[in-house]
Amino acid sequence: MSRVRLLVGTHKGGFILTSDAKRQRWDVSGPEFAGWEIYHIKGSPVDPDRLFASQSTGWFGQQIQRSNDGGKTWASVDNKFVYEGKTGTHQWYDGTPHPWEFKRVWHLEPSLIDPDVVYAGVEDAAFFRSTDGGQTWHELAGLRQHTTGSAWAPGAGGLCLHTIVQDPSDSRRIFIAISAAGVFRTDDGGETWRPMNRGLRSQTIPDQDAEVGHCVHRIAMHPSRPRTLFMQKHWDVMRSTDGGESWHEVSGNLPSDFGFPIDVHAHEPDTIYVIPIKSDSEHFPPEGKLRVYRSRTGGNEWEALTNGLPQSNCYVNVLREAMAVDSLDPCGVYFGTSGGQVYGSPDAGDHWSAIVRDLPPVLSVEVQTLS
Amino acid sequence: MIRIVLPYHLRKLAQVDGEVRVQVDGQVTQRAILDALEAQYPVLRGTIRDHVTQHRRDFVRFFACSQDFSLEAPDTPLPEAVAKGEEPFLVVGAIAGG
Repeated sequence: MSRVRLLVGTHKGGFILTSDAKRQRWDVSGPEFAGWEIYHIKGSPVDPDRLFASQSTGWFGQQIQRSNDGGKTWASVDNKFVYEGKTGTHQWYDGTPHPWEFKRVWHLEPSLIDPDVVYAGVEDAAFFRSTDGGQTWHELAGLRQHTTGSAWAPGAGGLCLHTIVQDPSDSRRIFIAISAAGVFRTDDGGETWRPMNRGLRSQTIPDQDAEVGHCVHRIAMHPSRPRTLFMQKHWDVMRSTDGGESWHEVSGNLPSDFGFPIDVHAHEPDTIYVIPIKSDSEHFPPEGKLRVYRSRTGGNEWEALTNGLPQSNCYVNVLREAMAVDSLDPCGVYFGTSGGQVYGSPDAGDHWSAIVRDLPPVLSVEVQTLS
Repeated sequence: MIRIVLPYHLRKLAQVDGEVRVQVDGQVTQRAILDALEAQYPVLRGTIRDHVTQHRRDFVRFFACSQDFSLEAPDTPLPEAVAKGEEPFLVVGAIAGG
């Protein structure tokens, strides 16, 4: 019988939530790595019991943990993330050049085809790869050394590479997103990269249509349609149908086009989910109502999903890594909040309930569908 | 043997309880102690000082014999009481944040 396993990263440790296919009763284990910030935990699609976790603190830096038994036991692997070649500078908040400095791993993306290959997106923005299950890491420096790299500037959360999306039809094509530089794509396995930001407009930069400089919060893809991408930007929900070559706004009737996560239904490539957040500056749900919005038309036409979610006095945030979908039928949808709740819906968003309510602030949610 | 007291999170990482003891041949300095510590517990590499620059991480301090050695040069000899194992070398996570 199928099971689901949620991998939840929080400000004070990692948690694993498991359920059978009904997704009504959940077992909660953790915290793993108690007291550390767990930015992301993700499992290998090839070997689901192989998990990678990014563990960090401002005191003692970065650790990468690996489990080969579905999270029962963990071991530290390599934590040495060193930029390749001449390090150079990027732009600092005040416009001055600032040396690239490694701060933390935001995102770990295991390969779709090789359990020993895993990619890491880090702050200051760079793309690393391990081909030995995390035992050693090497930067693919073509991204950071792109001709625009010296002009990249951090958003409020830092200059972070937070999103890595692999094309399941072409293992050499990978999309990444950086705040606040934008989307880049490689077609040669990470050696060279091109900005993929045509069509994005950002009022927060002098040239609203600039090649780079856009604060992209998240991109998502359905595996059956790798040329179609969805994006939640710092204002605007966007869609591309040509592999990121161009983008079009699909915010439609959303109450706010600001937010962090975006995801795609496991079985309906045109069904997408966002969680609108009021901005600028407030970063909580409009009107204190926690609403997931679903579009069945790839954007533009959105419906609010509220059944089981708090509809008054709710002022949490949902971060970019903190939403995921399982691949059961019906599709399960999950998200975690800055208030420590993890909500789940076993029916594609029609009904919601809190799986847990009082975790530390949630940084990331991933889900594995296990047979 | 040199006695080292690690903060809670580093003890957990290194999977040790209580004090750690390392052998240092030659002059006993911060660098020599940390080199020996990292050789004995490789998981601690990068947690106390930067992998590349070897600079002390900002929120880590080094105390011994009721003195703060955090700002001393890494090759400055430490007190004889540390070298003899009479006093521990303390690696401390600074009080910062919640």
